[in-house]
Amino acid sequence: MTGGRHRSYRAAAALLCLALGLAGCKQPPGPRYIPDAEDAARGRAAIERVGCAACHEIPGIDWPEGRTGPSLVGFDDIGLIAGAVPNTPENLARFVRNAPAVKPGSTMPAMPLTQEEARDVAAYLYGLDDE
Amino acid sequence: MWRHISMVSTMNDSSDVFDAWWGWPPPVLDPAGPYADSVVVLAWALFAMGVLVTGIVVAALYVAIKGPPHLKAKLGGERTVWIGGIAFPGVVLTGLLVWGLTLTASITAPAPADAMRVRVTGHMWWFDVEYLDASGDVLLRDANELHLPVGEPVVVELESGDVIHNFWVPNLSGKEDMIPGRRNELVVQADRAGRFGGVCAEYCGGPHALMGFVTVAHDRAGWADWMRNRTMSLRPAVADQDVPGELTAITGRVAQTGNEALSGRQLFMESGCAACHRVGGTEANGLVGPDLTHVGSRLTLGAGILPNNRGTLMGWIGDSQSIKPGNRMPSYDMLSADQLNAIAAWLEQQK
Repeated sequence: MTGGRHRSYRAAAALLCLALGLAGCKQPPGPRYIPDAEDAARGRAAIERVGCAACHEIPGIDWPEGRTGPSLVGFDDIGLIAGAVPNTPENLARFVRNAPAVKPGSTMPAMPLTQEEARDVAAYLYGLDDE
Repeated sequence: MWRHISMVSTMNDSSDVFDAWWGWPPPVLDPAGPYADSVVVLAWALFAMGVLVTGIVVAALYVAIKGPPHLKAKLGGERTVWIGGIAFPGVVLTGLLVWGLTLTASITAPAPADAMRVRVTGHMWWFDVEYLDASGDVLLRDANELHLPVGEPVVVELESGDVIHNFWVPNLSGKEDMIPGRRNELVVQADRAGRFGGVCAEYCGGPHALMGFVTVAHDRAGWADWMRNRTMSLRPAVADQDVPGELTAITGRVAQTGNEALSGRQLFMESGCAACHRVGGTEANGLVGPDLTHVGSRLTLGAGILPNNRGTLMGWIGDSQSIKPGNRMPSYDMLSADQLNAIAAWLEQQK
């Protein structure tokens, strides 16, 4: 009786360990996302046109270096966009265009960018390889 | 292009506003009116004469060093000194002086008495703009933006509220100082519609390099529209009162709707913004900072430096010091995100 219970505990513990272990495992890293240089250049122009730097320090943009929002230095290595959604190019493109729709309550307002421009902005931000 | 995205954010057609300062040919060589024209013609003549004289000197130098002996002798002769050293410069410089003065006389010629007058006052580090009526009273106030009708001379009365500034729209005219205690007059005229970048062209301390303004020249229809919209916003302080009669038609375009914007209005008044900024038709009547009556329709923020949208508006209010270090507006970093958003939402409605 007790032995059987022990065994079932052990099995449960093993299962739990396995589950935890699997959950802890990252997806095997995919090929690195390398944005197109032309997209990134257009993205930079869009960033300057709408004035993202009024709130964010952005590598490659000399002025301004606003501090109302977080610095975007090393942004491509951050796990979650605004601590809310996975940092993928698709999510980022949606976020820079209409942040409150992606993260309700976001401080960052919707920005006057088209969908293509938003994708270009994401390309620029991911192209900042400062490692 | 911007129209189909205007649903996400109320914005201006400011997409390319900063092109007004750049482009090819550079604004200083791209006159858009008669007063800039003569400056550019003079500049090219100066350049051409410079090239010609340098060419003559270099050629003479070459002859003097490597030329055949009979040319060397000629070059060193008394005749050459009389002709090349005295007669040529005397005649050419006198001619150029007369021509140059004649050409630029129009710049200082008095403008027609009935010309439109705008008073632009330089402040550290922004431009106060007052449109004057025929009797010299202020018809409407704005900041960091000068709107003109195409094809008409406009007298700009230049004053300063603190130190010496300088008013310069390269496409429209030469530079003119703004001197404390003085009123300088400059006549500008745009012969084509468009946006022309302007700057303060006299170092005035701190963020002088971030002190600019936009000049917008409207064609006839555009000017009528602009004037009508602006004078209609000369709203008396009835925005929140139930005034019977025709006045409601005027205040009707003063959009002060939505809970967000209304709380923004309250925050604007309570956070001290109103002590420095005037918003026509409200109790905000500060005159230290730029007039915000029409801030929602302005092409730029921070005196010609940022595009105007919800994001830049929030960024400017929240931490203007990181954008334009040393400017006279403190960073409102004690405001929460919601509060910043609400104030920006209300200001966007001030068209």
